[in-house]
Amino acid sequence: MMSTKAELICGALRDFNILPSKMDLLITRYMKLQDHRVSLNGNVEYTSEAESVDALFRSVYGYYNIDYPKFFKMDNLCKLAFLSAEILLQDTDFLQKYPGEQIGIILENASSSLEYDRKHQESIRDRNQYFPSPSVFVYTIPNIMVAEIAIRHKVKGENTVFISEQFDPELIYHYVSELFRNQRVSCCLSGWIECYGDHYQSFLFIIEQEDKIKRFKGLQEYVILNTLNMEELYKGKSI
Amino acid sequence: MVDVFVGASNAITSLGFSTARHVEQIKANQIGISIYPGGDLYPTPVPLSLVDNRQLLDLFREYLYKTKPDLQLDSFTRSEMLHILSIADVLKSSGVDIIDSRTLIILSTLKGNMDLIEGNKRLPAIEPERVYLWKWGEFLGSFFNASNKPFVVSNACISGALAILIGSRLIKAGRYDHVIAAGGDILTEFAVSGFQSFQSLSPKPCKPFDTARDGLSLGEGCGTIVLSRDHSLCGIPEKIIVAGGCCTNDAHHISGPLRTGESFYVAIRTALREASLDPLDIDYISAHGTGTDYYDETEAKALSWAGLERVPLNSFKGYFGHTLGAAGLIESALAIASMRNNELYRSAGFENPGTSQPINILTDHAVKEVNHCLKTASGFGGCNAAIVFKKI
Repeated sequence: MMSTKAELICGALRDFNILPSKMDLLITRYMKLQDHRVSLNGNVEYTSEAESVDALFRSVYGYYNIDYPKFFKMDNLCKLAFLSAEILLQDTDFLQKYPGEQIGIILENASSSLEYDRKHQESIRDRNQYFPSPSVFVYTIPNIMVAEIAIRHKVKGENTVFISEQFDPELIYHYVSELFRNQRVSCCLSGWIECYGDHYQSFLFIIEQEDKIKRFKGLQEYVILNTLNMEELYKGKSI
Repeated sequence: MVDVFVGASNAITSLGFSTARHVEQIKANQIGISIYPGGDLYPTPVPLSLVDNRQLLDLFREYLYKTKPDLQLDSFTRSEMLHILSIADVLKSSGVDIIDSRTLIILSTLKGNMDLIEGNKRLPAIEPERVYLWKWGEFLGSFFNASNKPFVVSNACISGALAILIGSRLIKAGRYDHVIAAGGDILTEFAVSGFQSFQSLSPKPCKPFDTARDGLSLGEGCGTIVLSRDHSLCGIPEKIIVAGGCCTNDAHHISGPLRTGESFYVAIRTALREASLDPLDIDYISAHGTGTDYYDETEAKALSWAGLERVPLNSFKGYFGHTLGAAGLIESALAIASMRNNELYRSAGFENPGTSQPINILTDHAVKEVNHCLKTASGFGGCNAAIVFKKI
């Protein structure tokens, strides 16, 4: 099912005001953290001058007044996932509408946990200086970023990390749609969380079902979930 | 409603290179875990289950010679050899065409080419990019000329179970007609030292659910299962479907289970509901059962909570250890073999009940009609999974 650009209803295109059809899945909120900028629903909220990825993540943490000491134990991939979820959910009741079992987290990235894989490998390189550490090893699987979001926001439903070369909206579209159809989720956090060395990029969004939203809030801002719209939001320069 | 049939399968571990060989070895009570002397995998001796390297190279050389004689053995990693042999075995016995545009390969792994992470190894014929899981997947897909780029799932120790679940869901959604769910992990010092640092390895072969259990044993392996909406292409005469499945998260701790077993229980309950089965309908459970204190205790609680405490159960990990990204696939392949043969297999390593909730662990092989089977899995990151297989 191909879609037209007119179906993308958000930001500047909001005036098109095409109502979604019954049971459509909608992106009800989305954020991006890339190029040292944080944006929420297409509006830039924060720009940082930080000189390193570590400093950038610390500055975002500070800007949003987050108080979560466990943050400082995380590897950068988890920090990025955690911050992205904070930016998306802080001071909102998006998830509170749903039982934790009905909320899913389906994420993608390219480098898996390679940064900490190398760090763990480095710790066992030399048998005379052999220091494998559980606090490093635990971050050598990418779904720990799912766990960090799940713990913070009490998300207990379907959870999967897919590894793809680039953001793959088609995979998300088909898989998440099936999770909704099968009533496995009523709400899903989904997107792209990539972090390796100096390169990082996050694009995280909330997916809800049209009939559920009507019950809880007006239909002012939404984007129909389809491959093209996800691609638009992901690539959008201004957003 | 589309039924998703499970079909031909393959398992590669220390016990052999096919599912049938595993069944033979298990029936003969062969244990593939043995003490590996201190050396290249860890400074001190450690029990491991490793795939026989010489046999792997021989089989792969023979396969390559027959199918792609222009390619050199040294342009493949150990993980790639395992996966190619495993997938090829399944293609041989099923009618599913891997190059069909309606066929998808789903790969499950924790680390793929774990040995390339070292980076300092000189492997001139292997692109360093194959350390990336997507590239590893792409390489395997293009080896078989698959039309679709393989999906790669990396979700800790439930990855293999998820590959089956995701495959069956995508077929149900009408997106694909056939899925080759394959996955596995090799063992290098990376994993051995990591699990040792967690103090989760037993000094002896693991004893799932036993009172004397004191940790897991790591195993190397690869597994593949065919899923299709067309039973005639599955390659097995029995009609066995993926009747239900669910994946949950504890939302509790990054490296330990929620000890009440609640989220694990929710996964099991939901999978049973989707399959429209009551707990008493389940004939057999292929449990995750790693042999670690907390995880086995949690699983026993979850199973008991779900009303499954009387259902005969085993963990295959006592035979060939915890095969990480392959575990859900290899153990499902063997559970399906149980259904096909109407046989239950002893839970190796188990002698005395060691969980606070009693569960019915198989201490001997048995003959029993198995129509409904539950497969469970759980892993780091608080993830749990349950799948129900049903004979129709």
